[in-house]
Amino acid sequence: MAELTYRDAVARGIAQEMERDEDVVFLGEDVAKAGGVFKATVGLLEKFGPRRVRDTPISEQAILGAAMGAAMTGLKPIAEIMFADFIAVCYDYIANEFPKSRYMTNGQVKCPLVVRVGNGGGARFGAQHSQSVENWCMQFPGLKVVSPSSPVDVVGLLAAAVRDPDPVIFLEHKSLYATKGEVPDGEIVDTLGTAKILRPGADCTLIALGMMVPRALAAAEQLAEAGISCEVVDVRSLVPLDTQTILASVARTHRLFTIEENPRVLGWGAEIVSIIADEAFYDLDGPPVRITTPHIPLPAADILEDLAIPSVSRIIETVRRSMSS
Amino acid sequence: MATAKDRAQAKAGSGLNDDIGEQKRLALYRSQVRLREAEQRAYDLFLQNLVKGTSHLSLGQEAIAAGFAEAMQKGDLSFCTYRGHAHTLARGVPVEQVLGELMGRDNGLMRGKGGSMHLTSVEHGVMGSYAIIGAHLPIACGAAWRAQYKGQSDVSVCFFGDGTTNIGAFHEAINFAVIWKLPVVFVCENNLYMEYTPISEVTAVESPAADRASAYGLPSICIDGNDADVVYRTMKEAFGKARSGEGPSLIECLTYRHSGHSRADPAKYRPEGELERWKLRDPLKIYKDRLSQFEIPDAEIEAIERDVRREVDEATEACKAAPTTSTDILFTDVYADGGWAWRN
Repeated sequence: MAELTYRDAVARGIAQEMERDEDVVFLGEDVAKAGGVFKATVGLLEKFGPRRVRDTPISEQAILGAAMGAAMTGLKPIAEIMFADFIAVCYDYIANEFPKSRYMTNGQVKCPLVVRVGNGGGARFGAQHSQSVENWCMQFPGLKVVSPSSPVDVVGLLAAAVRDPDPVIFLEHKSLYATKGEVPDGEIVDTLGTAKILRPGADCTLIALGMMVPRALAAAEQLAEAGISCEVVDVRSLVPLDTQTILASVARTHRLFTIEENPRVLGWGAEIVSIIADEAFYDLDGPPVRITTPHIPLPAADILEDLAIPSVSRIIETVRRSMSS
Repeated sequence: MATAKDRAQAKAGSGLNDDIGEQKRLALYRSQVRLREAEQRAYDLFLQNLVKGTSHLSLGQEAIAAGFAEAMQKGDLSFCTYRGHAHTLARGVPVEQVLGELMGRDNGLMRGKGGSMHLTSVEHGVMGSYAIIGAHLPIACGAAWRAQYKGQSDVSVCFFGDGTTNIGAFHEAINFAVIWKLPVVFVCENNLYMEYTPISEVTAVESPAADRASAYGLPSICIDGNDADVVYRTMKEAFGKARSGEGPSLIECLTYRHSGHSRADPAKYRPEGELERWKLRDPLKIYKDRLSQFEIPDAEIEAIERDVRREVDEATEACKAAPTTSTDILFTDVYADGGWAWRN
């Protein structure tokens, strides 16, 4: 067991899979010699050489297209898109190519690849380098979407994503790169499509993803002192979605809060609330509540960005108000 | 009747370039006739309302598909556009499977799940037909990267139209292929029109692909795309380059489509007489004349034409008799587990 940063866990996860399988290759902008702009891939070039760890031009379409062509014909590429916002310039592959190739060809074409993305805000980067793009990705049948909140989940879910036969968008949270956690020694492989209950509770369910997970846990800690027992569920995988864990939690607590970093409209929480409304309506003792970033572009200044993204105090205040009404 | 060997001996002193050889020439002619007949049949079936949706025909552009496919080896990969019937057929996919796909029948290449614009036959090396302009150029790079990485000798060939040269993915892919020295051949079928607009009106240079080649350190290649021999020879050279590790080629083939952009387009934007002038350079006509120059008897040529028509007729009847596709497949193959479940 060692303490690792979320950033080092990325390199560890990639290395684990590259050591295991010669067909795993890694490409992206500044990922090799520079070790990534977030320093999440330091040491991989030295370990695996320039044949397997490749710097690319600033050509996001070429990066994702090349990953797809390689995946279709026998490799297992990991491609990095530096900032999640840049998905917009190569969206064709996310929207039209990766997810539809198997279906359109009646199962002839496979696309086993992973796109690693630096997602989310909190770094004061402004509106074009801070977005949470979960809902840009999860709407396409055929794609899988995963987002870890801890170093151990980074390693395990990344390994599961690389071994998965479908295309997986792997959303790393850039404000979590410096956070630390215990990671067991040896090979770690997790399972896609499994949510994790990180804190059991009796009064309400807080469902969170990525950077919202530590905030939900911190809020739950303080709400416990105020006599409200929160169950905190880390969704981890939006597609496939572990609705059974979520439904079971709501059946126990009878109250649901989604804590989402994405702007409000069509956030992932809306889908979960809709599932609860359809399948667990009579389990609820009150209306489901979505705590989200408002429907605005993210501002750069710290004081503004902190107001926009759900904070521990906003979560506490919202839960307390809803639970007392 | 003279034998093929007699004819080869007779030509040795005639000044005609017989580097291609009679067997390959007959294959090139057969392929072009097959593409013409199948495309014409697709159009007829559309008029009978048996082909639904859209279709983009390659009538008039057959020499490119035939020339390249005949130069390719088993294992080489084709990446096509939505105008992909000809390229798919040229790799040996049965006419029945292509027409069946267009008609949404159970015997279709993808059992109706892809349709006209997405013809794919992995077993024939047809790695897909892509309906988003430019998307498949980077994808072909990736397939070529795999060949390079694994030390495999196959080449990826990527076909696209003149309009594609103005989209970003074209430029990203060619730069990428050059810097990684990938075994990929980019083939621009310049049929003079990007959909309904003359390509010259929307492009900064005269030859939309060839004039861009130097920006990526590639030689400028622009060939007669209506002469299958020219196409075949050019491809052999590009393949040699790719297989010997010298990287990609960008080849512009000048051609002309005899029909509109898609079934919805009567092509009224074309100046008077243009189509007629190009029809004088119809690739089938050029090639039939070539065969005569090489003293292939008319009877042999007619036998090929008859054979091909029989294949297309039989395919048509088989498709008309085939059941519509099974509704069971609506929910299959969204994910690799064969199903469509996105949640538990």
